[in-house]
Amino acid sequence: MATFLSREACPTLKNILLLDSEGKRVAVKYYSDDWPTNSAKLAFEKSIFTKTQKTNARTEAEITMVENNIVVYKFVQDLHFFVTGGDDENEIILATVLQGFFDAVTLLLRNNVDLREALENLDLILLCLDEIVDGGIVLETDGSIIAGKVATHSMDDGAPLSEQTISQALATAREHLTRSLLR
Amino acid sequence: MAQPLVKKDDDRDEEVEYSPFFGIEKGAVLQEARVFNDPQLDARRCSQVITKLLYLLNQGETFTKVEATEVFFAVTKLFQSKDIGLRRMVYLMIKELSPSADEVIIVTSSLMKDMNSRTDMYRANAIRVLCRITDGTLLTQIERYLKQAIVDKNPVVASAALVSGIHLLQTNPEIVKRWSNEVQEAVQSRAALVQFHALALLHQIRQNDRLAVSKLVTSLTKGSVRSPLAQCLLIRYTCQVIRESGVNLQTGDRPFYDYLEGCLRHKAEMVIFEAAKAITELSNVTTRELTPAITVMQLFLSSSKPVLRFAAIRTLNKVAMTHPMAVTNCNIDMESLISDQNRSIATLAITTLLKTGNESSVDRLMKQITNFMSDIADEFKIVVVEAIRSLCLKFPLKYRSLMNFLSNILREEGGFEYKKAIVDSIVILIRDIPDAKESGLLHLCEFIEDCEFTYLSTQILHFLGNEGPKTSDPSKYIRYIYNRVILENATVRASAVSTLAKFGALVESLKPRIFILLRRCLFDTDDEVRDRATLYLNTLEDDSVTESGKDVKEFLFGSLDVPLTNMETSLKNYIQNPSEEPFDINSVPKEVKSQYHAEKKAPGKKPSGLGAPPGAPPPVADSYERLISSIPEFASFGKLFKSSVPVELTEAETEYAVNVVKHIFDSHVLFQYNCTNTIPEQLLENVSVIVDASEAEEFSEVGTKSLKSLPYDTPGQTFVAFEKPEGVPAVGKFSNMLRFTVKEVDTATGEAEDDGVEDEYQLEDFEVVAADYMVKVGVSNFKNAWESLDPETERVDEYGLGPRESLAEAVNAVINLLGMQPCEGTEIVASNSRSHSCLLSGVYIGNVKVLARLSFGIDGTREVAMKLAVRSEDVTVSDAIHEIVASG
Repeated sequence: MATFLSREACPTLKNILLLDSEGKRVAVKYYSDDWPTNSAKLAFEKSIFTKTQKTNARTEAEITMVENNIVVYKFVQDLHFFVTGGDDENEIILATVLQGFFDAVTLLLRNNVDLREALENLDLILLCLDEIVDGGIVLETDGSIIAGKVATHSMDDGAPLSEQTISQALATAREHLTRSLLR
Repeated sequence: MAQPLVKKDDDRDEEVEYSPFFGIEKGAVLQEARVFNDPQLDARRCSQVITKLLYLLNQGETFTKVEATEVFFAVTKLFQSKDIGLRRMVYLMIKELSPSADEVIIVTSSLMKDMNSRTDMYRANAIRVLCRITDGTLLTQIERYLKQAIVDKNPVVASAALVSGIHLLQTNPEIVKRWSNEVQEAVQSRAALVQFHALALLHQIRQNDRLAVSKLVTSLTKGSVRSPLAQCLLIRYTCQVIRESGVNLQTGDRPFYDYLEGCLRHKAEMVIFEAAKAITELSNVTTRELTPAITVMQLFLSSSKPVLRFAAIRTLNKVAMTHPMAVTNCNIDMESLISDQNRSIATLAITTLLKTGNESSVDRLMKQITNFMSDIADEFKIVVVEAIRSLCLKFPLKYRSLMNFLSNILREEGGFEYKKAIVDSIVILIRDIPDAKESGLLHLCEFIEDCEFTYLSTQILHFLGNEGPKTSDPSKYIRYIYNRVILENATVRASAVSTLAKFGALVESLKPRIFILLRRCLFDTDDEVRDRATLYLNTLEDDSVTESGKDVKEFLFGSLDVPLTNMETSLKNYIQNPSEEPFDINSVPKEVKSQYHAEKKAPGKKPSGLGAPPGAPPPVADSYERLISSIPEFASFGKLFKSSVPVELTEAETEYAVNVVKHIFDSHVLFQYNCTNTIPEQLLENVSVIVDASEAEEFSEVGTKSLKSLPYDTPGQTFVAFEKPEGVPAVGKFSNMLRFTVKEVDTATGEAEDDGVEDEYQLEDFEVVAADYMVKVGVSNFKNAWESLDPETERVDEYGLGPRESLAEAVNAVINLLGMQPCEGTEIVASNSRSHSCLLSGVYIGNVKVLARLSFGIDGTREVAMKLAVRSEDVTVSDAIHEIVASG
């Protein structure tokens, strides 16, 4: 009962997927037990991919239902971004998470959002996923903050700091200092 | 870590699809992981290796226990490095490996050090990792730090601790509940997401304390919750409070409605939508309350963002099920969505329109849908077909255009599920709309002429066999059926043979011709087809000699009325105890309690489709009738008037489960006690029910039939019969005692001991009430039926029903009291209405048709008054109905 209520009360995600133009995994993260085995996960990815493949989700995020789940998705170049939630989840929250993920990846890959760049910076993508959602609960939805958290140590001037608090900025500065001292 | 992981190969022409992980192999990467043990750590290289390991895990690769342990220990060495990027990867890796309890201890101290580090990113991440892998014992050690972290100045740290708290609450609630002071403080945080996480955790801590939740909501809805996500949460909690508190009876106002309505003007779309959705989901929502929410959705419908359009149309679709009128304002916007690029949105728009549309717009809508059907996927088409089916049932007069539409799409390409949905719909329409029968059957016939699905062909043939012979010109179907015998595979041929036989049995004029066709089937290549043909030929020919036509029909059309599981057990028993007697199907118990109940209680479960026998309820009554007439003691009671639904006489989960079905005859009542023994160690024998009818004066016991033996988990019946004055609706209360002989059973061998002990088991009382003498029989046109009855028989009176919870509750109570069938959907009371009229029809004992018109009114003090007008074929029955109400 407790778990049921918590599911109902708190917006939860079931998975975040980043697939390539053939439907293969780049990075995926599952938060729900709906797909217990790897083959179940792959089957879900396949069905979601074939279902959305022919749609045009390049300018605005698109949305559909797959196996009683709401899926919001967006494509750029040869990368397909997906966010899945339960069928009574607020669609707009899911779309916000997708946008956050997408913006963060765009910032981290310095606008070169394509498969090759994503694979070469897979560590950043994985950290990015880790900073967006923890166990199904949304941690952060603002792309620039997410990117900022991922890239604290390798921050370049282009990354927006506007949303960071003073203490965060100080910490960043401190980290930069330690790093240069240790080198 | 923005640098490329692996240096790009210089020779560009190697591969167009270049991937840094091309040809990656688990074994090799595990070898590479040895760099973690180097005394001089190369942070970049270590990061790369971890990324490769994570990549493998992400692709679905698994590590064996040994491999995982090795990698884990190697990774723990990396805590020595001061490189922030590497540390982050270490955290990720530990989470992915989800180490065992004894391994956790190794990293605990390192993580605890990081938890108190001055680097915020370390603190936040270490908390999340530690909480993910920790168990209860460790948690008490770190509790102090977690409490500090919740109120940390850095929002990332606070959020990390709060979210971890939400997860830990599932496993260690008692510890997390001690943090509520800190969490409360965090709710006031200026950082948007901290507020969101704190609110989520605080609510979960208090979710079982209604008062606390209510207080929380009251204080927060007044204040300003900054984060849109937190605002969404608050809306959900508010709805919970509303659900639990109900409408204020004096003013009719709903607490917190103003807050929800205020949220419709919030600047964040997610909040607007959450509030609008919440309003539409309020119980008994009024049109006035709905309007602002619908207006907001209407704006969303024309948004440029597909997500908003989808969210809005999906919600409107749900609203249309309960309040179709409220949605009609959006019809124009929805019609433009039919051409939406996103087919999910278009399908939802169509189905919503089908629900809100009125009779006059059906034709126009169908035209639009026809164009639309060609370019959507099967799964959407199924949704549309189902919507059209319900539309057709709503507007039976429009069946022609809808049936045409269905037959057109049936001819087009499509997968099995889609075709099945169409065929099911046509079958349901044929069943419910008599006018549609002939054209529907012909459409189905044409379909099987070119049908690639064996399952659908056989189902349609079966259906044809039941319905075809009853049409005006059965001979026209024979051609289609016999074509199957010539053209199709063995399975379809066999069903075609059965169908032919049914035509032969029911239509005398066709019989000689059917014989010719069946004889041809005797040379079929398939055994089953030949067998069936032979069998049917013999039964049908026998029939002409012995004139036992009834038996033949019984054999051909009687559905198997015993549950298959019971049949199976009985047959097994029969084989185990060989005897000279042939197996008697009447000895099979006919009650399967759970299944039977499910069927009875879910009349709304319409999609019976082809599989179910046409018209589910009659066979049930039939089976009772057959059961009773098979018992010689009771065969003389005459025609069964009515059988009640089973009434449970025991609590669920008791040793013996017993329910009773009341069978009403003209001058008798028969109680059928369905007993189930739920103890494997016992065998019950000579089971009977001792009935005390001292509170039912007009009844006198005339006979009982006990049950010889009641083995474990095999339902059995025992009967008690009473005589009562003929045609009189006598009522009374009966108390019951189950009496039996218990024998111990050795569960290992299944053998019972020889001597048993007499025992009794108290059952609950039940009553025979006036409604038991009324059969629910609907009339298709109440007005005509009403006027066809003699106005002289009309009896009108007014009654005060006293204070009631709601009008709907009062209406239901009267319907149940009378046991009559509500007509034309008048049993549904519009929410918040002050008056209601209800039309009932039924047949009273003695086969007297009764119609009743009820008008209800409710006043401010919730007093309900009712005016009842009854007409029937017999004045005394009209009076009797009034008596029932007066005494009820």
